[in-house]
Amino acid sequence: MAKLRGTGIAAVNYPTGMNLGGDPSQALIHATTTGTFVISLSSTDLGQGLKTVIAQIGAETLGVPFENVLIDTADTDTGPHCMGTFASRATHRVGNAVIMAAKEARKVMLEVAAEELEASPDDLDTDGQGNIYVKGSPERKIDITSVALAAHFKYGRSISGRGMYIKPKSPVDPETGKMDPDSTEAHACVVAEVEVDTETGEVTVLSLKSAYEVGCQVNPALVREQIIGGAFMGMSHALYETTAPYYPSPDHAPGSFSEYVIPGPHELPHIESVVLEYPSVNGPYGVKGVGEMTANAPIPAIINAISNAIGVRLTEYPVTPEKILRALERSPKLKQPAQTGA
Amino acid sequence: MASRIVAFNLNGRDVEVMVKPLTTLQTVLREHLHLTATKSGCRQGGCGTCTVLVNGEPMLSCLLPVEDIAGQQVVTLEGITPVEGLHPIQQAFFDNYAIQCGYCSPGMIMIIKALLDRNPNPTRQEVMDAIAGNVCRCTGYESILRAAEDAARRLQSA
Repeated sequence: MAKLRGTGIAAVNYPTGMNLGGDPSQALIHATTTGTFVISLSSTDLGQGLKTVIAQIGAETLGVPFENVLIDTADTDTGPHCMGTFASRATHRVGNAVIMAAKEARKVMLEVAAEELEASPDDLDTDGQGNIYVKGSPERKIDITSVALAAHFKYGRSISGRGMYIKPKSPVDPETGKMDPDSTEAHACVVAEVEVDTETGEVTVLSLKSAYEVGCQVNPALVREQIIGGAFMGMSHALYETTAPYYPSPDHAPGSFSEYVIPGPHELPHIESVVLEYPSVNGPYGVKGVGEMTANAPIPAIINAISNAIGVRLTEYPVTPEKILRALERSPKLKQPAQTGA
Repeated sequence: MASRIVAFNLNGRDVEVMVKPLTTLQTVLREHLHLTATKSGCRQGGCGTCTVLVNGEPMLSCLLPVEDIAGQQVVTLEGITPVEGLHPIQQAFFDNYAIQCGYCSPGMIMIIKALLDRNPNPTRQEVMDAIAGNVCRCTGYESILRAAEDAARRLQSA
């Protein structure tokens, strides 16, 4: 009986979005009478923070405070078209659509403000604090609410904008197989340290240390939480999750969620990460996708660490205690000193 | 079998409900009383998101026939949420990014409330032990553990 330690490494290049048949997203923005900018989308926030980052992108482009932006993802029956939240595409695709819509809405907003300030729209700018002012004379300004009220009740205008982003379908060259499959790629590397109990076959993940290159971060705190949550989910895939665990008979297979094995807080390893920012050329404000990839590289990193610990190559996951114990029977590391003559 | 009236105290108010035998507290809360903060997850006691407090003890409302809590004190997430603002545990979840999809959050907040009520200054190990029956699929638990520790500090300095 022993506890064997090992280290493993794995890297991932993760494509943002897909391009099998064109990949569009659309966004509509309109201001309410009191100057709240409603961004209508059919994209879904699954909890990763899409509403927050899209509101940040919209506010930045419109030139209004974050608090003035409302994200409406209420209904895919009535909202503008979106392919959905998958393939780490939403911030990239929807963000680009929102920038386009926000530019159009900003143009109308400045035109209405210009009428009120008796200035040229080209001479106006936003201060990001809820005001529009004349460049060079900041005391000549008007607040966003007054602009919205004037647009609605004085000029009969709608402060609104339309945006769409499409990654066109890229055909495969029949000669070379060459194509342009994605919009941008994020990169990561994960190093896992594990301890394997040779008596029980149980694996403890001691740490997951990673470096992520994800383009510009719209919201670094949300990126960090994606990395931590993804690392844990990767560990869960590597060691625990299967609907068909190895048992002598299928009768012993889990029949409900209560019997489906997933790790809990006690299995949380030490997680450490650094984020590098190399802006993408086509993402909104240099964004790349950082969702799914966080659960990818931890899996081979952990399994490589186990292989390193026990001296046997493992090629199937989840690496359950049963698989470890069977592999240990083939392990050169477990031979007794007397048997090996060492 | 015939329905009968069950009376209990919910979030400080006496309530009476007419239920068939073996109707769970979860069903009563969500479908009879329309208090939907208590989530319906696995409905077999495996996920913890339906956790409520009965006489201060955390219980899985999906497994609890409402007749069993007749005359007792039940507190749900609605019961600890102030009319304005948030409970310190809710605020700690918000500030520590401990909510992603949000499905586990009501149960997590109630189980941490139960813990902090009897142990105001828990160790990380004690927090892990307390939330071990509550499943979170998004956060990896790290932010929830941080939030629980932050909530303990807030409640002690309050």
